[in-house]
Amino acid sequence: MRKLSCVLVSAFLATPTLALAAGTVDGGAKQAVNWNAIGMFIAFVALTLGITYWAAKRTASAADFYSAGGGITGFQNGLAIAGDYMSAASFLGISGLVYTSGYDGLIYSVGWLVGWPIVTFLIAEQLRNLGKFTFADVTSFRLGQTEIRILAACGSLVTVAFYLIAQMVGAGKLIQLLFGLDYWIAVILVGGLMMIYVTFGGMKATTWVQIIKAVLLLLGATFMAGAVLYSFGFSPEALFAKAVEVHPKKIAIMEPGSLISNPLSAISLGLALMFGTAGLPHILMRFFTVKDAKAARKSVFYATGFIGYFYILTFIIGFGAIVLVSTDMAFLDLSIFEKTKSGIAAIKGGSNMAAIHLADAVGGNMFLGFISAVAFATILAVVSGLALAGASAISHDIYAMVIKGGKANEHDEIRVSKTATLFLGVLAIILGIIFENQNVAFMVGLAFAIAASCNFPVLVMSIFWRGLTTRGALIGGFLGLITAIVGVILSPAVWEVTLGNPKGSAPVALDNPALFSMALAFVGIWLGSILDRSMRAKVDRSGFDAQYVRSQTGIGAASATAH
Amino acid sequence: MDENVHERTKQDPNYQELVRRRSSLGWTLSLIMLVIYFGFILMVAYAPKFLGTPLGTGVTTIGIPIGLFVIVSAFALTGIYVSKANAQYDRLIRRIVEGYRP
Repeated sequence: MRKLSCVLVSAFLATPTLALAAGTVDGGAKQAVNWNAIGMFIAFVALTLGITYWAAKRTASAADFYSAGGGITGFQNGLAIAGDYMSAASFLGISGLVYTSGYDGLIYSVGWLVGWPIVTFLIAEQLRNLGKFTFADVTSFRLGQTEIRILAACGSLVTVAFYLIAQMVGAGKLIQLLFGLDYWIAVILVGGLMMIYVTFGGMKATTWVQIIKAVLLLLGATFMAGAVLYSFGFSPEALFAKAVEVHPKKIAIMEPGSLISNPLSAISLGLALMFGTAGLPHILMRFFTVKDAKAARKSVFYATGFIGYFYILTFIIGFGAIVLVSTDMAFLDLSIFEKTKSGIAAIKGGSNMAAIHLADAVGGNMFLGFISAVAFATILAVVSGLALAGASAISHDIYAMVIKGGKANEHDEIRVSKTATLFLGVLAIILGIIFENQNVAFMVGLAFAIAASCNFPVLVMSIFWRGLTTRGALIGGFLGLITAIVGVILSPAVWEVTLGNPKGSAPVALDNPALFSMALAFVGIWLGSILDRSMRAKVDRSGFDAQYVRSQTGIGAASATAH
Repeated sequence: MDENVHERTKQDPNYQELVRRRSSLGWTLSLIMLVIYFGFILMVAYAPKFLGTPLGTGVTTIGIPIGLFVIVSAFALTGIYVSKANAQYDRLIRRIVEGYRP
């Protein structure tokens, strides 16, 4: 017990360090108030509140609230999925990573993208055919409702919680930098707007906020990358040559660097990124907003295209910043520059500001305001999606299906969902403020590890493996969940950096535990199922045929539209 | 769904064709994506210098087109699946579903 409290105390006393990876946004000093950015941001908020008002009038049934009544098209959903995925962390974080270490940024981009084809091939259509509002609808289709819903809700809520904290802290830091607002005001603003979007407008408002932001972000990034390439006569070689010339690491920025030192660590991170994507509850929920399996399949195709295109842009933006930002004294902190003689290290506000300064360099103050407002909108849209996914796990899975045994009154269910959103919003604000000075970069990695080790194995086995039983799913699912959490705590990123233990003392050498936590989850599911001789197991296995026919054909699938 | 529907569907040749085609394509493409991605990751981990080989006389290295190839292949593989599914699976599914309408 004493040891535990020591750990907790040191967790709160640990000093903030620079984020190692594209997980969150680290901030620096507060900036002067940027009125251009604030003006554009107010315009965005006004527009989205208008949409929320419109959506609120059309949100009456549970299907409206959770899945926008199934009325989103494949193309729109593709944009919304891309929007969920193109968070501020991936926009600012990856371009910042390219800015500091060049090629390494591309390794991350690739990892964040390659989960999507797997989602298309194995999950998207089946998910749409089997489920209604949450992915637990699918995993509990033929298994014991109560137990599996609780497992799925735990997996969802833990994933959402870590992702949400990371986003809130990033939001506070970023807004402090961009708008010159105090950290706590920024966190309350984000949390408050999120609660309004979700409680009043449900999935309809959340989806449209996400679509608008995705379009703005894609346009802004396209303009920036275009302006960078334009100044080099559209020759990437000329851009790279100039970057190599001015970057202190010289030609080393054109090859993999020190980011990935340990091969096993690289593979483990790769697994977490690839399969975590297929287990994120706020992303999986999006497949229920479209009409049918065909639209679900198309939406991932569009999303993959948008996300891949966006990552190529961030790569160009990072290199553009090396050339145009690190060489311009206006964007550098003079005291750091005098010490280090490196424009890369001396960037004002830290490397995550590379894209923001580049916006100023290529488009002037108005465009800087635009990109800042888009970055803020990005955080707002992503936290709204997360809050809705978390609230659905509480209201649909726990309240309606477990507590009320599937017989909940629709109005009560929506009311519980809205209350849960308010609760999550307040919690996110409080945790965001508590974690202000913590290094939360590992939290996104943790969210992905849990999604890959708990949600994904249970989901994919329930769809494809006849032998899966309730007991097997519970054993494997909880085994994956717990080992993922323990593995992250014992990893160098948390054990040494966040908890302040001496370097090299971390009990687990992997930065991301997915390699063993995923393996344990699958082994647990398999062993737990084949050894299961209970009555329940017979029911579980005999339900497979009916489920498989429906997953393949959509016969009997929920239409998701309210009648 | 009542017992009969799925028992009858399982016997439907259209259904059997759908399942056979979709699973073989889905798993094959997944495997290709895994091989491409983990091939890339293993190269990053074990042969970073190979990725740093310059292309021609400039500074652009072979790692840049390889990285782009992984990104583009993710999109292309998804495209292959979607176009096959749009062309074949939906037609088969329609036939299966129509089989129950009088």
